[in-house]
Amino acid sequence: MAEVITHETEHHHYEPGHEKTLGAKIARWVFTTNHKDIGTLYLWLSFLMFFVAGGMALLIRTELFMPGARFISPEFFNQMTTMHGLIMVFGVVMPALTGLANWQIPLMIGAPDMALPRLNNWSFWLLPFAFLLLISTFFIEGPAPNFGWTFYAPLSTQYGPPSTDFMIFAIHLMGLSSIMGAINIIATIINMRAPGMSYMKMPVFAWSWFITAFLLLGIMPVLAGCVTMMLTDRHFGTSFFNAAGGGDPLLFQHLFWFFGHPEVYVLILPAFGIISEILPTFSRKKIFGYRFMVYAIVVIAVLSYVVWAHHMFTTGIPLASELFFMYATMIIAVPTGVKVFNWTATMFKGSLSFETPMLFAIGFLFMFTFGGFSGLMLAIVPADVQYQDSYFVVAHFHYVLMSGSVYAIMAAIYYWLPKWCGYMYCEKLGKWHFWLTTLGMNITFFVMHFLGLAGMPRRIPDYPLQFEDFNRIATIGAFILGFSQLIFLYNVIKTIRGKNRVKASAEVWEGHHGLEWTVASPAPYHTFSTPPKID
Amino acid sequence: MRLISYWRWFVSVLLLAITPYALAHGESKFNLPKGVTPISHDIYDLHMTIFWICVGIGVIVFGVMIYTLIYHRKSRGVKPAQFHEHTLVEIVWAVIPLLILVAMAIPATLVLIRMNDTTEADINIKVTGYQWKWQYEYLDHGISYFSNLSTPRDELENRKPTKGQWYLLEVDKPLVVPIHKKIRFLVTANDVVHSWWVPSLGIKRDAIPGFIYEAWARIEKPGTYRGQCAELCGVNHGFMPIVVKAVTEEEYNKWIAEQTQQKTAAAQLSTKSLTKDELMTLGKKVHDTNCAVCHKVDGSGMPPAFPAITGSHIATGPIAKHIDIVLNGKLGTAMQAFGSQLSDADIAAVVTYQRNALGNSKGDMVNTQEIKAARVKEKN
Amino acid sequence: MNNQPIDYAARQRKIRRLAMLLGLAAFGMLGFGYLLVPIYNVMCKAFGINGKTNEQPIAYNAADPVDKSRWVTIEFVTSRNNQMPWEFNPLVKKIRVHPGEINRIAFYAKNDSDHEMMVQAIPSVTPGLAAKHLKKTECFCFTQQSLKAGESMDMPVLFHIDRDLPKEVNEMTLSYTMFDITHMKHKKNANAGKIS
Repeated sequence: MAEVITHETEHHHYEPGHEKTLGAKIARWVFTTNHKDIGTLYLWLSFLMFFVAGGMALLIRTELFMPGARFISPEFFNQMTTMHGLIMVFGVVMPALTGLANWQIPLMIGAPDMALPRLNNWSFWLLPFAFLLLISTFFIEGPAPNFGWTFYAPLSTQYGPPSTDFMIFAIHLMGLSSIMGAINIIATIINMRAPGMSYMKMPVFAWSWFITAFLLLGIMPVLAGCVTMMLTDRHFGTSFFNAAGGGDPLLFQHLFWFFGHPEVYVLILPAFGIISEILPTFSRKKIFGYRFMVYAIVVIAVLSYVVWAHHMFTTGIPLASELFFMYATMIIAVPTGVKVFNWTATMFKGSLSFETPMLFAIGFLFMFTFGGFSGLMLAIVPADVQYQDSYFVVAHFHYVLMSGSVYAIMAAIYYWLPKWCGYMYCEKLGKWHFWLTTLGMNITFFVMHFLGLAGMPRRIPDYPLQFEDFNRIATIGAFILGFSQLIFLYNVIKTIRGKNRVKASAEVWEGHHGLEWTVASPAPYHTFSTPPKID
Repeated sequence: MRLISYWRWFVSVLLLAITPYALAHGESKFNLPKGVTPISHDIYDLHMTIFWICVGIGVIVFGVMIYTLIYHRKSRGVKPAQFHEHTLVEIVWAVIPLLILVAMAIPATLVLIRMNDTTEADINIKVTGYQWKWQYEYLDHGISYFSNLSTPRDELENRKPTKGQWYLLEVDKPLVVPIHKKIRFLVTANDVVHSWWVPSLGIKRDAIPGFIYEAWARIEKPGTYRGQCAELCGVNHGFMPIVVKAVTEEEYNKWIAEQTQQKTAAAQLSTKSLTKDELMTLGKKVHDTNCAVCHKVDGSGMPPAFPAITGSHIATGPIAKHIDIVLNGKLGTAMQAFGSQLSDADIAAVVTYQRNALGNSKGDMVNTQEIKAARVKEKN
Repeated sequence: MNNQPIDYAARQRKIRRLAMLLGLAAFGMLGFGYLLVPIYNVMCKAFGINGKTNEQPIAYNAADPVDKSRWVTIEFVTSRNNQMPWEFNPLVKKIRVHPGEINRIAFYAKNDSDHEMMVQAIPSVTPGLAAKHLKKTECFCFTQQSLKAGESMDMPVLFHIDRDLPKEVNEMTLSYTMFDITHMKHKKNANAGKIS
């Protein structure tokens, strides 16, 4: 491997950590094109937003602790549910997954950096402004967006507050950021793999992001178009969603869910990838059915484009389309089932140990599967008539997003943090974090199934007396869940600062597999400037 | 990990334990109501079938996982096996779920087709969602009225130590329907998307402005069935319940006759003058059901979106302007036109009340005939 | 084992080209998002989503036979969006017709406000699968209507139910919702519908 490196060398003069002035320190992060720096920025943004949106969730749960108007007004309550949803989806899960992609994909495929480093910088730096814009709506005149994260027309168009326009621009910025990020990931995976790293040798995490990036490219522009239509409906006299001018409010729901359903797979597919990395490591056994794992992701991604109307079963869509969307949705259970069975087979007859990443991965496996069951129930149209827009749905999507995506992200952070900063995290705190989170998670969301079945609609600031006891339980759980995340924050900061005094080896884990464990811990600023050997 | 599995078992046992409870009481705190229409029974049975199938699959899948977690631990000195692929196994565990899905899809399809029944109905009722109340129109009888939340503000704002049994599930005028008749509900909305949901009838139908959808029910048992709006529709989304009173056919006919009579009486009332005391009493009632949602019972409002009535330039200024805003609303704000919802007497009363109570003491009053005149004047 | 040296310049060109292509694809998807609007409208007509009916007049052929063996009940329903200050009612609430025969009905509208107003009525039929079988030859919903303060008028609808109406449909509802479009910038149906 003695080839002449031409283009790559120009990035290599710079090593961080020697900046003297504050300005230089800031400039390092603002102008960085290094995939590790940008990954770190994404992850910290996501972490910050996690506490912001989590705080909103606690306000919601506090209001719902007892019936009666007690703590926040219904108007503010609606703003909280809207912002909690928007920020958790766009500000927490998506940036965290993109951050992980930035850190790990080049390390896993043996590339020196992302294919388009400057584009990478732009994709990140759009986001802080997007969220500033979104959060600024709390401080301008009139209410912040208050129509739910699904912003259905006409509540968000003719009836939306002035701050809706801010939200629209924020979504444009996030969309642009996601599209550029997706382009970068695709370009990296296609062009930057080390020699010998064929597609079918790629780690499942890289595969899952590869497919997710195509999903993003397919849906983010549709969302951008949809919010642009909202904008022109609001200000420029078009009537896309206004029946008076020949439009249709239902069209909004179709466009939104055409984006929205693949979007939930954007949130979960990379999580599948993470779990597929972690389970083999701690089972000390190769992943079972690698090829089928990859195929399953592809099938899920394709199917995700043709199931959107299952969010609209009560809108009076025709019988034929109800049947089509019901069958298509049910079929998604097959590739998802294949994934769950393969993960189980990966652990089966392995040699399991239960470090924190593994605990979160197993938590994912149980609770995501559980959320899958309620998802299957929701697919059945006649039953969905009762479940739709009730707390049953709230319970379902928190099981797949919180104990699905978020658990996978936490697992990934514990798993790769020693590689990133060179120190082991505190295992004891990690275990406390896992058990308290799992306890809080189940107390909060399990009872919501009962609430929904018994008839409690979602997004209500006050409720009939029959729902009181389960709501109290959920609120108590939410506080356990919320505050146990401080342990996570503390553990991460402590680890980064090296306060645990346990240096990580290059391999970190006994059952390690993959290229990222061949570089030193902490990973040097520049890795794989010379492509690694792959056999 | 074992804790989680215990938790699951606990829940399964709990569900088993409450099933008889659900059967005995018809409605449960844990599960869907069985309901009182053939469709709601079908939905319930379908729901339970899928639930038990999921429990069955769950027991097997979680069982294998738990077995693995217990027996294949490193701490037990297990050496990892080497196998990592098996095409036949993959095919088997893709095909078996597919077959289970087909088994689930068949009953689901049958119920769905039954739900789309378009045969002729005995009674047609138009249901319109408003921010934030429901309007019911009996198309065959020309009866039409609004159904507002009737929970007292004192309970909502916790000024009363206890809340009534049907807190947030009670209305001033419920929807009255007969049993054993096919009722067709035509659902639409006046402003934003709402959703008319009565779990016991097995109906949830989105109400979309400009378009009309139908749902139907044949209620088997007399009783009162309650539900809530299921689609976020603005500030008071949680405060527009649905109450359906199912009665026997005779009672229903009697009720229809009464309503028709009341309609005539109301028409007569609008020509009769009321005393100031009568106006104030009626006015308080009208204010509390129609205005207090936004302007509060004491008239303090929720500025800036919902201004106070106490000391406002409308309620202390020229009376004609006050009447106008109540009749016609104010464009571009949440203040709606009450002209078509309230009778002349109601409007006269509420205007008089707002000018002489809620901290205002204008001293003037307005009577029914003047409202009638104001309506006519507007038309010309 | 691949041991060939990497041509970095060529790779850089490839990356740029791919990025451009993907960027174009994203633009394409934005266009597709807008394309979904007309696609949706076509689907609406084909499947009766929202019970949408024809927006342009459909001619009635008097020579076509009438299916005398079958009765269909049609109910007429009106709504006024945002409680606009108009009266708007069907003159006949319900009729029974044979598929294939032409029917004439009318709606009464009166402007109760103190200013001239322009309105657009939006039709919707339920059950949705019956929508495309209700064919209008003349309808006030094909154009905007305008009334001065206090004025009133009768607005006619000329329609027939075609004989292909599915057998299971015995009863249908034609609903009109009236929208105030006095202050709307761009109006639907600017050109008056003519019989085609």
